[in-house]
Amino acid sequence: MKKLVSLALVLVMAFALCSVGVAYADNPVVKIGVFEPQSGDNGAGGKQEVLGMQYANSLTPTVEIGGTVYDVELVYADNASSNDKAPTAAQTLISSGVSVVLGSYGSGVSIAASDTFDAAGVPAIGVTCTNPQVTAGCDVYFRICFLDPFQGTVLANFAKNELGASKAYCLAKQGDDYSGGLCNYFIEAFGKDNCVYEQFPEGTSDYSTYITNAQNQGCDVFFSPVSTEAAAQIIAKADTQALGMPILAGDTWDSNVILQAAKGTGVNINVTTFYQEGADADFDYGIKSWINNNPTALANNGGNDELAAVTVMGFDAYYVALEALKAAGSTDPADVLEVLPSVTYEGVTGAIAFDDIGDALRDSAFVKSCNTETGTWDFVAVATVG
Amino acid sequence: MDVLKTTLPYIISGISVGGQYALIAIGYTMVYGILRLINFAHGDVFMVAGLIMVYLAASLPLYLAIPLVIILTVLLGFTIERVAYKPLRTAPRMSVMISAIGVSYLLQNLALYITGGLNKNYPQIPWISDRITLFGMETSRVTVITPFLTILLVFALVQLINHTRIGMAMRAVSRDFETSQLMGIQINRVISATFIIGTFLAAVGSILFFTNYPGVVPTSGAMPGLKAFVAAVFGGIGSIPGAVIGAFIIGIAESVIKGLDTILIVNGAIGEQIGLATFSDAFTFVLLIVILVFKPTGLFGEKSTDKV
Amino acid sequence: MSETKNKKGAWIAFIAVLAFLGLVFALDQLIKPTDRLGMLLIVLQKGSVYALAAVSMNLLNGYTGLFSLGHAGFMLLGAYTYAIFTIPDKSRDAVYQYFDAAIRFSIPEQLSNHMGGFGTALGILIALLLAGLVAALLAWLIGLPVLRLKSDYLAIATLGFAEIIRALFQWSKLGPVTNGSNLLKNFARASKFKVELAGMKLSLSTFVPVLIATVSITLIVLIVNSTYGRAFKSIRDDEIAAEAMGINLAKHKMIAFVTSSFFAGVAGATLAMVLSIAQANNFKSAMTYEILLMVVLGGIGSITGSVIGSLLFVAASEWWLRGLDSGKFLGIEAPNIFRNGFRLVVFSVIIMIVVLFFRKGIMGEKELPDLFRKKKAPAKEAQS
Repeated sequence: MKKLVSLALVLVMAFALCSVGVAYADNPVVKIGVFEPQSGDNGAGGKQEVLGMQYANSLTPTVEIGGTVYDVELVYADNASSNDKAPTAAQTLISSGVSVVLGSYGSGVSIAASDTFDAAGVPAIGVTCTNPQVTAGCDVYFRICFLDPFQGTVLANFAKNELGASKAYCLAKQGDDYSGGLCNYFIEAFGKDNCVYEQFPEGTSDYSTYITNAQNQGCDVFFSPVSTEAAAQIIAKADTQALGMPILAGDTWDSNVILQAAKGTGVNINVTTFYQEGADADFDYGIKSWINNNPTALANNGGNDELAAVTVMGFDAYYVALEALKAAGSTDPADVLEVLPSVTYEGVTGAIAFDDIGDALRDSAFVKSCNTETGTWDFVAVATVG
Repeated sequence: MDVLKTTLPYIISGISVGGQYALIAIGYTMVYGILRLINFAHGDVFMVAGLIMVYLAASLPLYLAIPLVIILTVLLGFTIERVAYKPLRTAPRMSVMISAIGVSYLLQNLALYITGGLNKNYPQIPWISDRITLFGMETSRVTVITPFLTILLVFALVQLINHTRIGMAMRAVSRDFETSQLMGIQINRVISATFIIGTFLAAVGSILFFTNYPGVVPTSGAMPGLKAFVAAVFGGIGSIPGAVIGAFIIGIAESVIKGLDTILIVNGAIGEQIGLATFSDAFTFVLLIVILVFKPTGLFGEKSTDKV
Repeated sequence: MSETKNKKGAWIAFIAVLAFLGLVFALDQLIKPTDRLGMLLIVLQKGSVYALAAVSMNLLNGYTGLFSLGHAGFMLLGAYTYAIFTIPDKSRDAVYQYFDAAIRFSIPEQLSNHMGGFGTALGILIALLLAGLVAALLAWLIGLPVLRLKSDYLAIATLGFAEIIRALFQWSKLGPVTNGSNLLKNFARASKFKVELAGMKLSLSTFVPVLIATVSITLIVLIVNSTYGRAFKSIRDDEIAAEAMGINLAKHKMIAFVTSSFFAGVAGATLAMVLSIAQANNFKSAMTYEILLMVVLGGIGSITGSVIGSLLFVAASEWWLRGLDSGKFLGIEAPNIFRNGFRLVVFSVIIMIVVLFFRKGIMGEKELPDLFRKKKAPAKEAQS
């Protein structure tokens, strides 16, 4: 009996191995890796970022590389928002023969996987990982978004000048490079003595004590650029406990999760982000009808067609990858890597070009505030640091 | 006065969390009392109860969903015992514990699959999740209700154990497994009853807990489960009042530690944040080790009259 | 059975292990990360780390009968010790971006300044040993109070210690040493292990972790077969009888606990080496549970079983069953069933089946040499 079972298991494994990769398309296929969280803390955000790539892929399913038309196939790997799963997820993409990788949402997983991409020489284009460590010291990592030192400064200036805050409460998640990094740069710009900085451990469900802490310490702005999952609960608690100060956050909060959580409450939320809905009406119309006609996409976007900036960034990232492939004239990752630094693209979120570290040359961010009556974003300002 | 005013919110929220832990802890302590098994899956049953509520409330009105959640959770607890623990009754204790860890792993992965690994928002239950003002601080009504409901349920449970036939059987089995079997007690019925009561209380606890902290993820049950177990050990495993008191102590300690930096700063004891909140979970285990080393039977361990 | 047969089995096992190492070395040269078989290397790397972790846990749980759940904590200690002492000077400030690093000393770098490439290798070895020693030292300290506890109390107390260690390493006040809760990187990692020999570039990325695991597991086998090992087993089988036979319970339990933790520390260091990052948050109790399940899968009380169990566990979860998550498995396309997380569900069901119905796991208490002996001495051990 035991032998039979083990034999059956071995057979199953063997078949699984053989069945991988039966291609039947007419055109040759070029694979683009999608290195995004589909589960865990950042799962919801990762799914929204992937939506942009999928929409772009549905609009432009082929690309001409070196005179041949290739079908573009998106290959997915879930990094589970977890730094220890990220290297293996990256390796799955590399082994499946991708030419270039897009992602990830969340900086930690990108930093964790950068070595794996580096060892294989496969280029990666970060979409919304804003921590400077992603590209610093890594030759294969590029990114199309702005960086935390910039975003942190914009937010600190906004808190000081527009909100008139003099003491800030900063809340990050322990071990999270995104929120930790952003808080760090915010504090640097805002002034260390005027900030209360706390970190909550993973698996926290009780955010009410942090709200109480902010109130007790007499802060007048609540800065918490954490994952949307935590954000929804922070907003709920801020409402029940009458927080009494504006909440400020970074690009992750530009999501309909936040809007749904904040609708009908009395909280004041401001975020900085990459894209303001309405900036490109044709694009908005196109992607919204695509989302509405595609039940899976609609579910992945949280059940409505409110656009998240990360979706638009995912859309742009896909085209940057196509530009790189065209310029490389081959599907070999090494060739793509070689041309990537000089690739430029006029995207929906603005012009995209890389500096010598591999970071995007971006000098402006949009500030939006949440309209709690309608559950939509109101445009506040375009912010730059100069 | 200032100390009181700044500390009070933490204590109140601690009492509330403590009550929720207490409801989970009873399940641990009763099962351990009878089977000598740390039911590692208990915390995950608690999480599953939360998920069932999320999915039921999406299609059913709450007055139907709440009883159904409790029934389904109890059914789950009963099934786990029958499928995963009963076949191992004669096996070494380690095998049963491993089986419990296996069930916990299965439940978490199942939840991961069903939710797609995403956070699920717990439905708002009217009235108990309303905002109220208490001693000048804003909180939700569930915070106030929890301790009272917990004490009420525990009182009812103690009555059940002390004054019913099944309660007597439970006490007998926890005293001496083999002898009570020889005396004609149907062991399997008693064990099932224990699991049913334990999961029932966990289901109630989950409703209160997730109403207060409305995000359900596959790992939501792990930490509360562990803490509740520690509470059971702290109070003296097998003792119901012990578990409840242990749970309240742990709940309050956890909440106060999260705010300790602030309390100390506001009262001028320290100048800047020192990050003590990092130890809010770890402190529970410090407490555990201290009690295990100095009084392994727990606070009420020796008093065996209430032991189940 | 006779001594000669036993020896013969051991020799065959020894040759098999050598052949395996040779094969791994060859694979390391033949397979590039971009190949489809690139996953095989990852499975070998991670699998060998987990094999070591599982074997070291088995030494405690399977051989000595001490049910400890603190493994993740000791692996964390090992990973951090290794990482902290191998970060090169020039990247230290980039790694400790929010703190002023307190320890500015990279063992491989210092040694390579004096001895070149050999120094690097020696430095990594020293860092690995240090990782084990730190874990062992802490195990000794923890062991003093907790080893007196009985089975499940011991389990929960060690679990608690692992959680306390994890919190401590995330504490911002220790940031200058541990980098707070942020990840450590840029230390000596497997992906950078390369040597140039006679003009040939040889990759050692997979070979080194596998070698570390193999050597460590061999050491554990030697311990298990020594008088200590027999003492451990007698404690497991009957504490009172063992004590009556003159075995010092406290001493032997402590030896088992400290040895197991030493190798857990080495496993943690190797894990960091393979993943090229170390972060306290990843060493949760879930990791201990997974290692425990690998031990169970292979058979509690069999070192060969633990190795096979962990290799299968890692291969299945990281590689073979991936298709279950991405819509297509065995050529069947069902994106609605085969979606994210299904792999783990199938996997946990398999584990539950093993736990409930094949309680002896794959190997029971048999070892590799027993397999070669099987025909000559049939079923004598299987019945025990």
